[in-house]
Amino acid sequence: MEFLAAFSEQTFFRYALIAGLLASVGCGVVGTYVVVRNIGYLAGGIAHAVLGGMGIAYFLGRPPLGGAIITALLAALLIGWVSLRWKQTEDSLIGALWAVGMAVGIVFISRTPGYNADLMSYLFGNILLVSRSDLILMGVLDLLILACVGLFYKQFQAVTFDEEFARLRGVHAEIYYLLLLCLVALTVVLLIRVVGLILVIALLTLPAAIARQYYGTLLRIMGLAIIVGGLQTITGLAISYEQDLPSGATIILVSGVTFFLSTIGTKFWREMTAQHRKH
Amino acid sequence: MKTVIKLEKVSFSYGGPMVLRDIDLEVKEGEFLGLVGPNAGGKSTLLKIILGLLRPTSGHVTLFGKPPRTGRVKVGYCPQYTQFSRNYPITVEEVVLLGRLGRTRILGGYTRHDHEVAHLSMESTEVLSIKRENISDLSGGQLQRVLIARALACEPEVLILDEPTANIDQRVEVDIFELLKKFNQRMTIIVVSHDIGFISEYVTRVACLNRTLVCHETSELTGDSIEKLYGAHVSMIEHTH
Repeated sequence: MEFLAAFSEQTFFRYALIAGLLASVGCGVVGTYVVVRNIGYLAGGIAHAVLGGMGIAYFLGRPPLGGAIITALLAALLIGWVSLRWKQTEDSLIGALWAVGMAVGIVFISRTPGYNADLMSYLFGNILLVSRSDLILMGVLDLLILACVGLFYKQFQAVTFDEEFARLRGVHAEIYYLLLLCLVALTVVLLIRVVGLILVIALLTLPAAIARQYYGTLLRIMGLAIIVGGLQTITGLAISYEQDLPSGATIILVSGVTFFLSTIGTKFWREMTAQHRKH
Repeated sequence: MKTVIKLEKVSFSYGGPMVLRDIDLEVKEGEFLGLVGPNAGGKSTLLKIILGLLRPTSGHVTLFGKPPRTGRVKVGYCPQYTQFSRNYPITVEEVVLLGRLGRTRILGGYTRHDHEVAHLSMESTEVLSIKRENISDLSGGQLQRVLIARALACEPEVLILDEPTANIDQRVEVDIFELLKKFNQRMTIIVVSHDIGFISEYVTRVACLNRTLVCHETSELTGDSIEKLYGAHVSMIEHTH
């Protein structure tokens, strides 16, 4: 197969695969919290607001991923603060941040002289452009995410399960909520190269949502989500290479289709076993 | 006897009309207090104030002589189970272990001691056999026992339960109150209920709350005092002690 040949011969292809696997780790772990806590919309807001920071970094001639990390964290804290303080109007405020962030990015990009193709790859992803330094950054972000979740696993579980009880036990619920959103922000940055920030939300939620259909504890869902995410990225990458399709969009289509099939499959299976029990 | 909870002239409003007015309450060590009253009479609000989740508009609250936010670490709280999503992927054992927060180390996983305490808590509420099950698969009665086990895992000196037998059939209700009666030998218990007739068989004192608070020893409970609280049309249920 061409795909396998490309893997053994070309460095950029090996890098692409490693990037896909590194992204799946962060996605699987953080995506699980996003899914069980139902904060997909918040994560979407953070992801899109990131374009603002990337546009500014691009305008100033700084590395866009650096700008992405700073804005992602700022957006996470801002959106978290909004969602904690103005619960009733949370929806429209996040919508506003979502759109304004993107608008800022587009304005700054339009003011930047030169060719803007590189930025398009941040919007829609181009995993084949991943460099060695990107891989190192992705590895560091993964380690940071794993370390945080490892150290504060109890608190994250308490806060996402029963916030009031967590607070009564002396857990600073707001701080852990904001920390969790910061981890979402770092995961968004992790995914920008792979699928681009417009498509981030799919890879952040679908693998975990699929895993949720099979397992009933956080740790297992995280583990399965990492594997599912990895398989989806590799499959998407292979298809996009063989059929000459955009990599980010193909990866998302693969995960969308697997999610659809898995949902139908598990529903069908449940009805079958329920009927079986009746007889 | 030691005073564990003390409220002096506590009033509260959410910004509109007064929900609680001039509440005085002193709970002594070893008591089994029933907190009853009509819906929207302020029972849950009063619990939130005792636990430091809400600050009283005026008045003073202490837990073990300290402000609620520091004193509450010695309180085991058992909320109504509508508080959280039953779809959350978590096992019985994991829920009970959450009770160790505030008693265990901050970083990393639970210690061996935490697992031992959780084990004992599950044993005493008879949920040890289902510890690996997911909470979405439990019956209402089982889930209530799990929540009580979680509150016990806090190693509390006071156990506070909010409507522990709502949505549970009567037979299980008796089981749960028998359990609480047993725990009362080693800790103070406050239980919120709308079912005054039933709980008066178990509690040592009844506090009736409908914006203002009136306390009765269970033996003095009369149709009159209940009627005053609920308005009218309350039939008195006879019971002996």
